[in-house]
Amino acid sequence: MSFFSFGQSAEIDVVLTDAETRKKAEHKTEDGKKDKYFLFYDGETVAGKVNVTLKNPGKRLEHQGIKIEFVGQIELYYDRGNHHEFVSLVKDLARPGELTQSQTFDFEFTHVEKPYESYTGQNVKLRYFLRATVSRRLNDISKEMDIVVHTLSTYPELNSSIKMEVGIEDCLHIEFEYNKSKYHLKDVIVGKIYFLLVRIKIKHMEIDIIKRETTGTGPSVYHENDTIAKYEIMDGAPVRGESIPIRLFLAGYEMTPTMRDINKKFSVRYYLNLVLIDEEERRYFKQQEITLWRKGDVVRKSMSAQATIGAQRFEGSASSESALEKEE
Amino acid sequence: MSDPTVADTRRLNSKPQDLTDAYGPPSNFLEIDVYDPQTVGVGRNRFTTYEVRMRTNLPIFKLKDSVVRRRYSDFEWLKNELERDSKIVVPPLPGKALKRQLPFRGDEGIFEEAFIEERRVGLEQFINRLAGHPLAQNERCLHMFLQDESIDRNYIPGKVRHSPRGETGEVSTARPPNPTPFNCFALSLGPTLPLPQVADIPMLLNNCISVTVNSMYIYTYIICNLCKGKLLGCSHAVHLTCS
Repeated sequence: MSFFSFGQSAEIDVVLTDAETRKKAEHKTEDGKKDKYFLFYDGETVAGKVNVTLKNPGKRLEHQGIKIEFVGQIELYYDRGNHHEFVSLVKDLARPGELTQSQTFDFEFTHVEKPYESYTGQNVKLRYFLRATVSRRLNDISKEMDIVVHTLSTYPELNSSIKMEVGIEDCLHIEFEYNKSKYHLKDVIVGKIYFLLVRIKIKHMEIDIIKRETTGTGPSVYHENDTIAKYEIMDGAPVRGESIPIRLFLAGYEMTPTMRDINKKFSVRYYLNLVLIDEEERRYFKQQEITLWRKGDVVRKSMSAQATIGAQRFEGSASSESALEKEE
Repeated sequence: MSDPTVADTRRLNSKPQDLTDAYGPPSNFLEIDVYDPQTVGVGRNRFTTYEVRMRTNLPIFKLKDSVVRRRYSDFEWLKNELERDSKIVVPPLPGKALKRQLPFRGDEGIFEEAFIEERRVGLEQFINRLAGHPLAQNERCLHMFLQDESIDRNYIPGKVRHSPRGETGEVSTARPPNPTPFNCFALSLGPTLPLPQVADIPMLLNNCISVTVNSMYIYTYIICNLCKGKLLGCSHAVHLTCS
C-alpha cells in the first residue's frame, strides 16, 4: 500500500467459496515455520470471491482493470528473479474504470490442473497461489493467497522387494532385504539383515533415511542432503547366521513424496542408508533409493478421480533401481 | 482377514541360525599387544624396542600367533608405506618427542619410564586400529611389519590377496554360482579425519576412487585436502594423503 496516495486506496482480499468445509494442511515456510493453508488436489475447481474494500468511502477508485490469477510456479533460491510458471490462469473481473463503492467479484477456475505437489525446500520452492490485482497507473494493489497442493497415488501395481547381497570380500558379507521398493508416507519399512560372514568387529548398525534435493542442470547441479532419520537396529557384534529385523514406521518423520525431475527443474529423492559401524568408528554402508508416495486419506467419490489422475502421473519402476546401482 | 489400512509389520522369514555359528568363536578375533619395552645399545646409540604380539583367526594373516620386536621408527615406516600406497587414512602415531632427544635435559629423555609407557600405549592403539582396517589388511607392508622377523626396507610393495578357499578359515555360506562383483560397500576412510556425516558421503561419491580389491569393488572416499570435506561436492583437486 502506497504512502504517497492522497486519493482513494483500497484493500483487496480473496475468500474461497468452500472456506468453511475445505481441509487445511500444514506446510513449512521458507524460514522453517509451519503454517496452515487450504488443501487442494489436482483437477479440483478453485472458486471464491474477491472483495475490494474502499478505504475512504465516498471517494472514487480509478483503476486499469481488476483481475485474479491462479499461478503455480517454481522458484530457485539462487535465481530468485526468474520464476518458472507452469500453471498460469487469469480471470478478468473488471475492465478499466472506476469503483464508487466497495465491491465483490465472483471467480471460478474450473477443474484446474495442479500437476505437482507444493514443496518448500533448501534451494527451491514450488508453490500455488491466487493473486488478485487492482491495476493502477502508479502502483497496483494486489493480494496473494497461497494454497497447498498434494499429489495422491494409489498402491502401485509393481512393488518388488529389495534384496541384495553386499560386502567386502572375506571381511563382511551381508544380505539385506526391504519388503518393498515403494512406500507410502505412513507405511512401515519391514526388512532384515542377514549376516553371512563377519570378520570385522561391528559395534552397531543403523538405518538412516536421507532426503536429497537436487536443483539445477548441467554444470551447476546442487545436491542438498538431509538426514531425516537415524534409527539404530542393532547394538553389539553379530556373528554368521544372525538375522536382524527391521521395522521402521515412516509416519513419524516429515517427508514428501518422491519428486523426480519436476518440470525439469528439481528432484527430491529418498534413500535408505544401511550403516554398520565398527569398533574403530569406521563406517560401512549401502545406500538404496526408495520411492515415497502419498496415499489419499479418505476414499470419496470425487477422490477416486483425483487418485486416478495421480496414479497416471505416478512415476517409478524397477528399472530405475538398477540404474541407481550403476550410479553408485 | 487382514485390515488393508493397517500395514503388515510381521517379520520377514529368516533362516534359523546354526548353533555352532551362534556359540562358536567369533570370526573377527584380532588382538595385538605392544609390551615389554627393552632399551638396547649404549650411549647415544640407544633405542627402545617393543614386543608386538598378534593373535588372530583372520584367514588373511598367515600366522595365527606371531611375535616380533619393533622400534618406533619401524612404526613410522609402516605409517609412511600405507600413506603412500593405500587409500586409507592412517591413524596417528604417538609423537616423535624430538625435544626429549635434545641434550642437557634433567631427565632420561626418551628413555624416561613414564614416556616409554605413554608411547607404548599409543603404539598399541595405533597398530590395533590399523590392523583391523580391511584395506590395510591387503597391504604387504602390514603383514611384514606384524609377522616377519625383520623389516626388509628394500621390499617390493604390493597387495596381499585373500587366499582361495583352500584355507581352513570359514567361507561365506552363500556364494553365487558365477562369482559376480558384489554390489559394493562404501568404506569410509577412518576416524582421524572429521567423520563425514552420513549424508555427506553420497556427495563425496563424486570425489571417490574405486579400488579393485580381489576383483571386488570398494569405493573409497577421498576427502579433499583443502576444505576437508566441508564443501560438499567441491571441485578442488583430490589429494590422496591426509594432512
